[in-house]
Amino acid sequence: MSEHDSIRFVLDGRVHTVTGIDPTTTVLQYLREHLGRTGTKEGCAEGDCGACTVVLAELRDGRVQYLPINACIRFVATLDGKELITVESLRGTDGRLHPVQQALVDHHGSQCGFCTPGFVMSLLGLYLDGPAQPDRRAIDDALSGNLCRCTGYRPIITAAQHLRDYGTDAVPFAPGQDESARIAQLQGLRPDGTRVLRGDGVTLYAPTDADAFARLYAEHPQATVLAGGTDVGLWINKQFRPIDTFLYLGDVAAFDAIEQDAQGLCIGPAVSLSRAFRALLDAYSALDELHRRFASTPIRNSGTLCGNVANGSPIGDSMPALIALGARVRLRHGDERRELPLDALYLDYMRQDRRPGEFVEAVIVPAPRAGQRFATYKVSKRIDQDISAVCGAYALELAADGRVHDVRIAYGGMAATPKRAAGAEAALRGRPFDEAALADAMRALAGDFTPLTDARASADYRREVAANLLSRFWLEATGVAAPVRLSELA
Amino acid sequence: MSNAESITIGRAREHESAHLHVSGEARYTDDVTAPAGTLHGAFGLSRIAHGRIRSLDLAPVLAAPGVVAVVTAADIPGENNYGAVVHDDPIFTEALVEYAGQPLFGVVATSHDAARRAARRARVEYEELPALLSAREALAAGSFVLPSERITRGEPDARIAAAPHRLDGEYAVGGQDHFYLEGQIALAVPQEDGCWRILSSTQHPSEVQHVVAHALGVTAKDVTVEMRRMGGGFGGKESQPALIAAAAAVMARKTGRAVKLRLDRDDDMLLTGKRHDFWYRYEVGFGDDGRIHGARLLLASRCGYSVDLSGPVNDRAMFHVDNAYCLEHVDIVSHRCKTHTVSNTAFRGFGGPQGMVLIEQVMDEIARHLGRDPLEVRRANFYGIGERDETHYRMKVEDNILEPLVQRLATESDYHARRAAVAAFNAASPVLKKGLALTPVKFGISFTATHYNQAGALLHVYNDGSVQINHGGTEMGQGLHTKVVQVVAEELAIDPARIRITATATDKVPNTSATAASSGSDLNGMAARDAARKIRARLAAFAAGQAGVAADAVVFERDRIVAGEREWPFAALVKAAYLARVQLWDSGYYRTPKIHYDRATFSGRPFYYFAYGAAVAEVAIDTLTGETRLLRVDILHDVGSSLNPALDLGQVEGGFLQGVGWLTCEELWWNPRGELATHAPSTYKIPACSDWPAEWHVALLERAPNREETIYRSKAVGEPPFMLGIAAFQAIRDAVAACGAPGCRPPLDAPATPEAVLRAVDAVRAAGR
Repeated sequence: MSEHDSIRFVLDGRVHTVTGIDPTTTVLQYLREHLGRTGTKEGCAEGDCGACTVVLAELRDGRVQYLPINACIRFVATLDGKELITVESLRGTDGRLHPVQQALVDHHGSQCGFCTPGFVMSLLGLYLDGPAQPDRRAIDDALSGNLCRCTGYRPIITAAQHLRDYGTDAVPFAPGQDESARIAQLQGLRPDGTRVLRGDGVTLYAPTDADAFARLYAEHPQATVLAGGTDVGLWINKQFRPIDTFLYLGDVAAFDAIEQDAQGLCIGPAVSLSRAFRALLDAYSALDELHRRFASTPIRNSGTLCGNVANGSPIGDSMPALIALGARVRLRHGDERRELPLDALYLDYMRQDRRPGEFVEAVIVPAPRAGQRFATYKVSKRIDQDISAVCGAYALELAADGRVHDVRIAYGGMAATPKRAAGAEAALRGRPFDEAALADAMRALAGDFTPLTDARASADYRREVAANLLSRFWLEATGVAAPVRLSELA
Repeated sequence: MSNAESITIGRAREHESAHLHVSGEARYTDDVTAPAGTLHGAFGLSRIAHGRIRSLDLAPVLAAPGVVAVVTAADIPGENNYGAVVHDDPIFTEALVEYAGQPLFGVVATSHDAARRAARRARVEYEELPALLSAREALAAGSFVLPSERITRGEPDARIAAAPHRLDGEYAVGGQDHFYLEGQIALAVPQEDGCWRILSSTQHPSEVQHVVAHALGVTAKDVTVEMRRMGGGFGGKESQPALIAAAAAVMARKTGRAVKLRLDRDDDMLLTGKRHDFWYRYEVGFGDDGRIHGARLLLASRCGYSVDLSGPVNDRAMFHVDNAYCLEHVDIVSHRCKTHTVSNTAFRGFGGPQGMVLIEQVMDEIARHLGRDPLEVRRANFYGIGERDETHYRMKVEDNILEPLVQRLATESDYHARRAAVAAFNAASPVLKKGLALTPVKFGISFTATHYNQAGALLHVYNDGSVQINHGGTEMGQGLHTKVVQVVAEELAIDPARIRITATATDKVPNTSATAASSGSDLNGMAARDAARKIRARLAAFAAGQAGVAADAVVFERDRIVAGEREWPFAALVKAAYLARVQLWDSGYYRTPKIHYDRATFSGRPFYYFAYGAAVAEVAIDTLTGETRLLRVDILHDVGSSLNPALDLGQVEGGFLQGVGWLTCEELWWNPRGELATHAPSTYKIPACSDWPAEWHVALLERAPNREETIYRSKAVGEPPFMLGIAAFQAIRDAVAACGAPGCRPPLDAPATPEAVLRAVDAVRAAGR
């Protein structure tokens, strides 16, 4: 197998080759400091403001997908085989502005203009991959990762409703455009072999073969596994963590797979949150609100479900739902594989039942069971792109006699790990799902968790809301007439 | 000298840089090509809130990869200060630490990343001292940055005592980070003969010029500050950029090389000032109709460790504590508390919002106590026309349009029917509750520091007929430059495409005021008009002489000048005038008339005029979690005769949502050690796109020219709409009240985070049991 250190991606229609770069150089640093393309801005360097948004074009199922991502926390090393589109890429061959740019001008969507290139790129994603007549929800979703401090967003929303008002002659990126040349170009760039990037005291390995990846990790058990980098990026550019070895799994095609069998969905470690949620929503429509509120569109396009699970943060938003649904993880070390219930993976704060060199090869989500009621609720200061103060998930099966046959309740934000509410579950199991049982379960929750006070919420608030969310589940499961979720009013 | 018809005034012209914004070609300070060999700076910050520095070991910093130099107070040849009003803001503190995040030293390295990494390597030993963190703690300890102030009118105590109803209470409103998308940045470039060129993202280039000069021990003539555009300012780049620029200059002086100092977002949020948070106590006596007979209002703000702009900010809070309401008998006490936190500063509204938010709370309290619709109580207290029209600082409100404006908004927003619909919804909905509120805005326009109300402009007409305009205001996204170009185009009757507006620079227009207090276009638009009128008069005289007609018979049409039988395209007349040795460039100057104000007695006319507006907000709250949603907003706002309705609408909508953010999702949270934990957008949440309501009706009040002779009878628009956001907070309070017994007084402070709302819901429910 060949070993090389070059990264090849398409930029402005030409193949761009990068060699000898420090493996942790971000796409933003590369654009601004190496290429002098200063249109892409740094607003926060942590993927929360979207001023750095660029679009990655990737081949999938024979067509090109356009994915807005945050350039500030994404390493250049992960661009191999893709097309990078920046705000400078959009001018027409005759110099005219692209429709998304012209719409923003015509509807007064920029004031200070600093966030604007990021909005342009998120709107490009909506224009190319979204509905022709996006409704407010589609627009909010597309722009969930972009902050604007000047406009109040109204003129940007209006612009987003008018992207298709403009002709597409001489426009480099337009919906339905013949993409055969772009597809052929990307096909010619498919990563192969193992790339090894060496920098000052740091090495990044990017294999393309799953066995090679497993072998490398077994050989370098101290390495940091890198997928979408939506957290690892911050370890580098905010926390300055000393990391000497990275293992990038995003170039392993076999890891970027979702398989469905009788047992459910098996989601590979390179599958983005965006793709994972699309598959999960087919099975569990109740995940819709969590999906929308899970970080932002650019973060979901980069970050992976397995990464969220393997990172194991106590406020990771996928785990409560996955635990409630009875998801399992498949761990791999070299050629050895084992499976665990997801909740058994988490031992203590940032400590897992996973030995050095062992990685999450898949998250396996069981198919919905007949009669199962499931809901998950996220509570945070802001609707979009916020981290949960509390996230609760509930899966319930009633027996024929109306008694609770099985119940799984899990919370994030309530303990050092995502955790099941054993006491509350016990208070419900075997009993009629009535108000008395609910009251006992809410009381039992107090014994299940000892949450912390921090900038997001106090311990008291977390305790109270955890119990209240359980009562919301009860209200919804037992069929209440009046709305019980704010999202129902929109 | 008016044109046959308006060329650009009143037109919805796009922002002069819109095409550059969307294409990424607009250059901000960090995008400008820096000189070869430019180094990068970073601050080393204190880790404690209050204490003495026992030792500061920078050897590990110097040894870090890429580091070229470290700088401390000892490297400052001039004054170690960036405080403009009171000189109590050290650039690098020497012995005493007064807030967590205070700059102790600077690092200069070959890259931004290397400088940031190295800055964390300092070994600092402190002798920690007790820290005062909140305004209330400081108030109790008698810790102030400035003396307390008081305005008393009438006989408030007697009137309160005699009133049919009395209420008292406490209230608190949080601060706010500016969260301009472009962080603080400066580039200092050494020039020949001890001169300096500074690129700074600043609303106040002249202050940066002066602070840099004082720090370097040179004079203003030696320092040129240039500023093309900011990526947002909001008041956060009024006094704060002087710190960044002065530190960059000190770093550049020590290394002899250009230094760029760009703050990482976390450092920016930790070390720069924010909106003052306030704590209030109030006591009011009022009649059956809700009209206030007498009021005692106490305002205590957290100023942080130094004075900065806290004097005028708190003065403006006192001036705006009336908002739209005549307080005939009132006692206002203002405490400016010194705490061991970052020094709070200007922020859109400049204390005005913190004054107004209190009286709006009082109005709501009165209405709930009396069981009346809060809108009725507000209207009962409005300033009158010809009576009850003098403010507590003895200024007559001559331009009052509150009643018709609010009347129209209430009608157009269907306020009363929706009030009934909200009540019906709440009766049938145990978990979700809705709330509705209409709040007005009356905001005084002018700097209360009277000398700031002046401006200059410099206009060049080149002999090819193209035009450059320069003025002392700065562009931060508000569209000031667009409006000034419109003014010049209108005065010269030329296509705006002929005009280029150039970067604000202290070597073009000196002694400029901060672009602040919403005054940008009022002041600089008038200065530019003055310059343009001089040129126009010269061109008219020249054309008249050529045609043998009187100068006042010369007609300026779009890009064309007609004098009797003669007619010239603009460029041809300019060329001819040049050849005839007519001066084609000039300066313009303006100072606001009528204003005067005696700070000793807090009386006079500090404001040239008032801007008005009102908003109706409808919200829903989730009583299980305290989460809220803004469902609908209706706004009617007064900008006089709009110079540019598209830009003005942008200020109204953007200001409104920023105000909503202040009072709802934006929470600054310090841990008990005085460290700000919300120093990045991951933890500090400004409104996102989905927070703009699903339904909106936002309009500018039409056919409402400014009574005063402002630029084309327009009104300032930068700050006033910010306070429209108070409607959303009061609507949340209304929804919380729906959870309790009639007449309940929800104990809800701002920001109304989910936690604050749930606590208030629980409280009114517990009280109702």
